[in-house]
Amino acid sequence: MRKDKNKYSISIEDVSYAARLSRIELESDKMGKFREQLNDILVYIDQLNEVDTEGVAPTSHVLTSMRNVFREDEPGTSLPNEKALANAPAKSGNFFKVPKIIKES
Amino acid sequence: MKDIFKSIEAYRLWEKEEPRSPEDKASFIADRIDVSDRDLNAFITLDREAFSRKAKAAFSPERRKSPLGGVPVAVKSNICVEGELTTCASRMLEGFRPPYNATVIEKLDHEGAFVISGANMDEFAFGSSCETSAYGPSRNPWDEDRIPGGSSGGSAVAVSSGQVVCALGSDTGGSIRQPASLCGVVGFKPTYGRVSRYGLIAFASSLDQIGPLARNVTDCATLLKAISGYDEKDSTSVNIEVPDYCASLGMDIKGMKVGMPSEYFQEGIDGDVQERLREAVKALEELGAEILEVSLPHTRYAVSCYYIIGPAEASSNLGRYDGVHYGYRDEEARDMIDMYVRSRTEGFGDEAKRRIILGTYALSSGYYEAYYLKALKVRTCIAEDFRKAFEVCDAIVTPTSPTTAFRIGEKSNDPLKMYLSDIFTIPANLAGIPAVSIPCGLGDNGMPVGMQLMAAPFAEEKLIRIAHAFERNTGFHELKPGTIED
Amino acid sequence: MGSKYETVIGLEVHVQLATRTKIFCGCSTKFGADPNTQVCPVCLGLPGSLPVLNKRAFEYAIKVALALECDIQGTVKFDRKNYYYPDLPKNYQISQFDMPIAYNGRVVLTSGDGERAIGITRAHMEEDAGKLLHDQDPASSFIDLNRTGTPLLEIVSEPDMRSPSEAYEYLKILKQTIKYLDVSDCNMEEGSLRCDANISLRTKGSKALGSKVEIKNLNSFKAVRDALLYEQERQEDLLEEGGAVKQETRLWDENNAVTLSMRSKEEAQDYRYFPEPDLVPFEVGREVVERIRSELPELPSAKKSRFIECYGLDAGDAELLVSERPVACFFEAVLEECDDVRSVLNWIKGEVLKHLKEHQAGLDALKLTPSGLASIITMTASGKISGLAAKEVLKDHLVSGRLPSEIVKEKGLEQVSDTAELDAVAARVIEDNPKSAGDYRSGKKNALSFLIGQVMRETKGKANPKLAGEILSKKLSE
Repeated sequence: MRKDKNKYSISIEDVSYAARLSRIELESDKMGKFREQLNDILVYIDQLNEVDTEGVAPTSHVLTSMRNVFREDEPGTSLPNEKALANAPAKSGNFFKVPKIIKES
Repeated sequence: MKDIFKSIEAYRLWEKEEPRSPEDKASFIADRIDVSDRDLNAFITLDREAFSRKAKAAFSPERRKSPLGGVPVAVKSNICVEGELTTCASRMLEGFRPPYNATVIEKLDHEGAFVISGANMDEFAFGSSCETSAYGPSRNPWDEDRIPGGSSGGSAVAVSSGQVVCALGSDTGGSIRQPASLCGVVGFKPTYGRVSRYGLIAFASSLDQIGPLARNVTDCATLLKAISGYDEKDSTSVNIEVPDYCASLGMDIKGMKVGMPSEYFQEGIDGDVQERLREAVKALEELGAEILEVSLPHTRYAVSCYYIIGPAEASSNLGRYDGVHYGYRDEEARDMIDMYVRSRTEGFGDEAKRRIILGTYALSSGYYEAYYLKALKVRTCIAEDFRKAFEVCDAIVTPTSPTTAFRIGEKSNDPLKMYLSDIFTIPANLAGIPAVSIPCGLGDNGMPVGMQLMAAPFAEEKLIRIAHAFERNTGFHELKPGTIED
Repeated sequence: MGSKYETVIGLEVHVQLATRTKIFCGCSTKFGADPNTQVCPVCLGLPGSLPVLNKRAFEYAIKVALALECDIQGTVKFDRKNYYYPDLPKNYQISQFDMPIAYNGRVVLTSGDGERAIGITRAHMEEDAGKLLHDQDPASSFIDLNRTGTPLLEIVSEPDMRSPSEAYEYLKILKQTIKYLDVSDCNMEEGSLRCDANISLRTKGSKALGSKVEIKNLNSFKAVRDALLYEQERQEDLLEEGGAVKQETRLWDENNAVTLSMRSKEEAQDYRYFPEPDLVPFEVGREVVERIRSELPELPSAKKSRFIECYGLDAGDAELLVSERPVACFFEAVLEECDDVRSVLNWIKGEVLKHLKEHQAGLDALKLTPSGLASIITMTASGKISGLAAKEVLKDHLVSGRLPSEIVKEKGLEQVSDTAELDAVAARVIEDNPKSAGDYRSGKKNALSFLIGQVMRETKGKANPKLAGEILSKKLSE
């Protein structure tokens, strides 16, 4: 794991990068607090490095022997348009509506 | 409050004899909840309209034939109930009414249960105290200055205080068992894949599991039986038959082997909790169980492992809350990106933000292998420890929580300290095994202490058998908060 | 292309698999429904919903992969690709990262100088996104999620193509092959086939790759070729002027025929891929692969070689026939009942394909049957109907599906081949046209054509012209 030169496991830049990727804005005071808290957690988590995991397979599913769960290509029930849009913060006709998309890229 | 809801059996007797009309019964239940909920805040909202809509069906004589017919079951606010507010206690899902039912709700409806949605919780199930709810914390009925545990705090409070007979919670790292323990009720986390997750608003998909909370093991087994089973809508639901859990009730436990992991009985546990557990283990021994020492050497890494895997999955699962299709939207946004950022920044509480950022960081380019992949490998080691242990024992006994319920606000500024309160419950989620917490007496402060039992995958019956034998012979489940009259 | 540089092109093609329902839910995939009517909790990404993989989509993907000579991965898993965009309701796309369903395949280009294999790096399954509409309202964008969750197969080629026309050829064969399998409409206009292109230039002989440009917004085969030609030239000019090509994504502007730089991104995308916890892995057994392989139809390239070999067709004709599987199958079905390869080929190339082109329809839209065409050809060869009449019969048959013999009968198109009848008409014509008869007798042989024409007129076109000529010349030489 990457370490800053000092006591920190995570830099302000790291926090701000992860926040930006998460589409969350952190005010500068919160940024500092979060960095301290996340750092505490990551320092604690560093103990994972004590475990020798050479040759150990990762477990992303505990159901390690389960395979090939399919559904047949049979139509199910769709929602009527009113129900699909019922929770939408904004809609227009049959559509969900959002502020104009300024092309991000 | 009169204790008419102390068990399914007691409730059904009352309901059968009660002359009120179905609508009046529903109002009666709603009023009871309303009165006590001013102090307890077990429910985010009580949907009285839904109460009267569902009353007729739930309280019909026809429904009484089913074991759960008419039984009030509180449902945690992260389980989708069609047309009823399902907010995950977050501002982000303010006003969200799912257009569909979770599979467990379909099953409860089928059994004729009286589903009461909207039990309070930590926001998106992130927490161990119910304090991160955007709708205020729930309070422990044993002492309202204390937390009820979390994240299924509202469910535990509603059961413990006698507002409802039983409840559904969800458990990702202890979220059923820890509040059950802290509120003095029984809480069961089934094997991963036993109960469908369809309609459970995901926190960490590979760890989440829905389970029951009740005042006794019998009711827990009844509710567990009702919600278990294969669901074609959940690819991680296991297609094997569900045994009749109630058949395990009343059996003795002579010769059953119960393992005590030395790693769980070391530092960090309050003295009174430690003492209650030793007494409980002694009681099991007196009932004929053989107690043996087992070792789970990787258990000490469980919290670290969990706080990578959980937040990583959560960061992705919670990506969908952006104000586009449902939920909270900041209307002032200038453009799309701005709308995402403002809506999420305003919609999520601090703990949610912390976990999203932590999880995003752990998955981000350059850190994936060091954190996420490493955690998945350690997870394998933890699961392997359990596999080996269950070769020599039927169940493993530990405390559910290292402490009894702490005071509101006591740990809210120290996330790490809060995270460590799940130290005993997290391993079962990482390994996907079933576990139950049952009351085993009171601590020095008069607050409940819980004992956790864990078993091999799909060995729920063994847990029910041991837990019920223990309960029958100790009677700790009869202890209740002072607010409940006999 | 100037001599100094070599062009390096790779294509990423997305193909919608034509299943009835979406990849992870039971909503219909039908194109053109009212907005947001083919949606459910799963494809809307509603909280609590979970995906379950469509078995047919999985098998279709294997089918395509096998047709592209890919190796099939033994254990396949899905991963989440996390990014925020309003057409992606979960803000992650279920895709495949490091264990795609197939890898290491190839597409063989046959036109030009001999064969050239273009490598397929990988093919992976993923879910399609929804559609955004930007031009309905000045202040807002609209979202339609009907398309969300349509199964996609992304086919990534190696950077093996060396010219825009090779890229065009690759796309053409890829589309042809997939269409043969009947697993996708491959319609670029409707978006069931989409293509992004990567192009870079390097000095000839150099092994290192130059900075690559990704081109998006390519909505037709022609657009792919035109955009690549434009970009090739743009990059060459840049390099010639001593400049450098910037690694970036550019959009093809169809109207102005130029590529435009997309506003450069703040930072590289960081998709945070991780294994999809809501789906368990998939194992593709040998038996499944072999079963699907055995169900593969004969593919265009094999068919083309066989047509050349078995029927003695030239490469151009063979290619034309195999370009669409129904046409190739039709060709062979006609030959089952009529062994005149040349005539069958000419009829299909001529009247049949012409009709399809005029009506912009596929063969399946016609009522034409193999035995119908076979009988038209046979009747023509035996002289029962004239070539002209044959065209008329076909036109009717294409649309009505009626038996050609019935059409001939009903319309009275049968040729008069009755010698006695023609004999009488010929005698009358000779009598009525003494000048022409005289001309013929005095050696002006082309006067016969005029007289045949007169016989045809007398018989209202039903006379067999060959027979009429024979009778006339016999009579005139008497």
